[in-house]
Amino acid sequence: MNRSHRLGVVLTGAAAAMSLVVAACGGNSGSSSGALQASAPGVTTKTITIGSHQPLTGIAAPGYDEIAPASNAYFQYVNAHGGVFGRKIVYKYLNDQYNSSITTTVVRQLILQDHVFAIFNGLGTPTHLAVAGFINSEKVPDLFVASGCACWNNVSTYPETSGWQINYIREGKILGTYIASHFKGKKVAFFYQDDEFGLDGVKGLDYEIPASQIVAREPYNVAAANPAAEVGTLTAALKASKAQVVVAFAVPAFMALLRLSELSLSYSPTLVSSDVGSDPITLSGLLNSFAKKTGNFGAQLIQGIITDSYLPSLGSNDSWIQLFTKIHNTYIPKLPMDGNVLYGMSVAYTFVQALLKAGRNPTRQSLLAAVNAGLPQGVSVAPYAYSSTDHDGITGAYMAEVENGVLVPLGPVQVTDNTATGAVTTYSTTQPPAPTSGIP
Amino acid sequence: MTQARNIGIAVVAAVLLLVLSSKLDSYRQYQLAQVAAMVIAVAGLTVLIGVSGQISIGHGAFMFVGGYTTAMLLMHLNWNLALVIVASAVVAGVAGAIMGIAAARLRGPYLAGATLMLAVALPAVAYQWQSVFGGDQGLNFVVNAPGFLGQNFQLTEWQAWVCCICAVIVMLLLANVLHSRVGRNWRALRDNDTAASLAGLNVGVLRVRAFIVSAACAGVAGALLGMTMLNVTPGAFTLALSIQLLTAVVLGGLGSLAGAVWGGIILVLVPPFLTDFAASHGLSSASASVPVVGYGLVLIVVMLAFPTGIQGAIRRLLGPVEPAAAAQVSAMARRWPLLRKPAAKPATTDGTDDISSIGVDEGRN
Repeated sequence: MNRSHRLGVVLTGAAAAMSLVVAACGGNSGSSSGALQASAPGVTTKTITIGSHQPLTGIAAPGYDEIAPASNAYFQYVNAHGGVFGRKIVYKYLNDQYNSSITTTVVRQLILQDHVFAIFNGLGTPTHLAVAGFINSEKVPDLFVASGCACWNNVSTYPETSGWQINYIREGKILGTYIASHFKGKKVAFFYQDDEFGLDGVKGLDYEIPASQIVAREPYNVAAANPAAEVGTLTAALKASKAQVVVAFAVPAFMALLRLSELSLSYSPTLVSSDVGSDPITLSGLLNSFAKKTGNFGAQLIQGIITDSYLPSLGSNDSWIQLFTKIHNTYIPKLPMDGNVLYGMSVAYTFVQALLKAGRNPTRQSLLAAVNAGLPQGVSVAPYAYSSTDHDGITGAYMAEVENGVLVPLGPVQVTDNTATGAVTTYSTTQPPAPTSGIP
Repeated sequence: MTQARNIGIAVVAAVLLLVLSSKLDSYRQYQLAQVAAMVIAVAGLTVLIGVSGQISIGHGAFMFVGGYTTAMLLMHLNWNLALVIVASAVVAGVAGAIMGIAAARLRGPYLAGATLMLAVALPAVAYQWQSVFGGDQGLNFVVNAPGFLGQNFQLTEWQAWVCCICAVIVMLLLANVLHSRVGRNWRALRDNDTAASLAGLNVGVLRVRAFIVSAACAGVAGALLGMTMLNVTPGAFTLALSIQLLTAVVLGGLGSLAGAVWGGIILVLVPPFLTDFAASHGLSSASASVPVVGYGLVLIVVMLAFPTGIQGAIRRLLGPVEPAAAAQVSAMARRWPLLRKPAAKPATTDGTDDISSIGVDEGRN
């Protein structure tokens, strides 16, 4: 019997067996017991395969390249503790180098060739915007984009897509409220990435900070051929504006360049940063590597940076931090236990929340419905906005200051909405502790 | 005679590609479309470098022009796709003419520098006028398969069709140009521009013409790449792309249209193959760097083993030692010291001189 003939027999047999299984189980789809089915593309009786595009090399890689391995570590932890209804999560993340043309290709590979069940935590605003239309046209769930662009909350255009982290407008409003009350009358300047990330952030800041206080707006180009020179020029402009407070919506690499340029120009304004660029461990590591220094050179430079956070502080004795540190030590001990690892595990936890809610035999529709029905607050300090008309994620954050390499909270958790008039209010409900099993 | 043969080959190739595209799954169709687009760009560049003897390290910039022309025309004027592709070729050709006029006065490293500047500077235009070109996010647009193909016709298959048909047409046109008087003049110019000038050829005009043809090809490639990905961003047309095109030209076989096909295939298919290879061998932590390392290895091995590129190697396997390709490389080596090292071997062994190669490689491209 030749090989192709044998293959034919095997395939026919497999197809027959599959149709029997489908026929046998057709009646109890969505029920909480009974046999596991291959209920959707990417879902077999043993595995659920999901995909992502991540910057594993390139300008956005420093720090962000830890996120997907951290998510994967959490999935491995879940897999080792019974999986999701017995299925193991297979997480396939491909490198797009933070270049949207590569994102376009790798996401097509994930959906058209690898037939992943869902796209999870695709990283980057410009990169993900290049594929959101395609993912939605293929009707693939596009959950928890790793970007705080308010554009993911667009249920009519992108019904499959939802954000996760606090969006940049909300974040800008919370930072802006703090600046307006703590730096009254001081000159304020903005340093931001010249795309939806920076522009959304500045929009939020503008809602709260009086226009009369703003003396300069310096956007940077993330694809600049010579980032150091670009940031150097912009920093000189910031210094010339005599701003006393500089607010940055920048990725960590550009944040580090900004800090180094300030140092070389002997310019020392109060630095306020969005959560995206303020992870102390990533930032001090970058500063050391850019300046070719060792020891606590970088750590000293970031002392006193004011920022915000929507996850528990790494320096605290929080139950979530304990859980994730335990998983980190088991699965990815070589990576630093920093904000990126915390982020990766937290968003993976949220995804498992949604998967469990999607039922024993999940379909793409049931996963989407699970998110649209709202997810309970878990790992984040503020509740989620998810509903059938709202695809924003975390709705609030607390202000914090970098002290000795960790974030020290400066005040209570504050929540707000995306509008110009919506107030920034204190959220006083205590965050639920991590489940002892570590699985939602 | 050659023309009839070329048309025959083109028709057969078109039919084969259409059959092939209907057999592939949609991701493979997408890759086929990308290969076809890259083949066009590489073919245009191989004509410029391998036939007319000029160099361009900035061809990604002409693809940028073609891609953005396509995006603008589709978004704002909603033109017919065929017209859009032709228009992209024309606009890129005009850009090529401007570059060519400057290039006609420059040689070797100076020309390389000038085209390099183009590759670095042009994408910055997208950032400068964000409201028009969309900045870093670029422009997203929609392409639909025509209605007569039916509701369930895969968009990727339609894209593969369009790209393959364009590739066949462009290759046919280029093959004819190379066999025409213009092609002969380019080769004369490449091998010895003083001799060509003494023979009465207008060297400057010929150089500009080569740039126009080559840039128009890059424009078509950019248009097709855009309509395959449904977006154009500055990140798609970086300096790295220009360098990749250059390596594809050399890998495939300098000055050979068939070599351009190999170059295009390598450009599109090798990186994902290496990523998958790395992942399936448990190298996922290193998978980010495997494609880069692998690509470098392919480059080194091909250059050491087949200094005349893949097409040169195939010719050598299929027939007696081919003097034309080797002579071509040796002529190039004199002009571009950078290429001299890998090319040194065949140049010394075959012993043909430059001028004779004008006649010898007639009909081989």
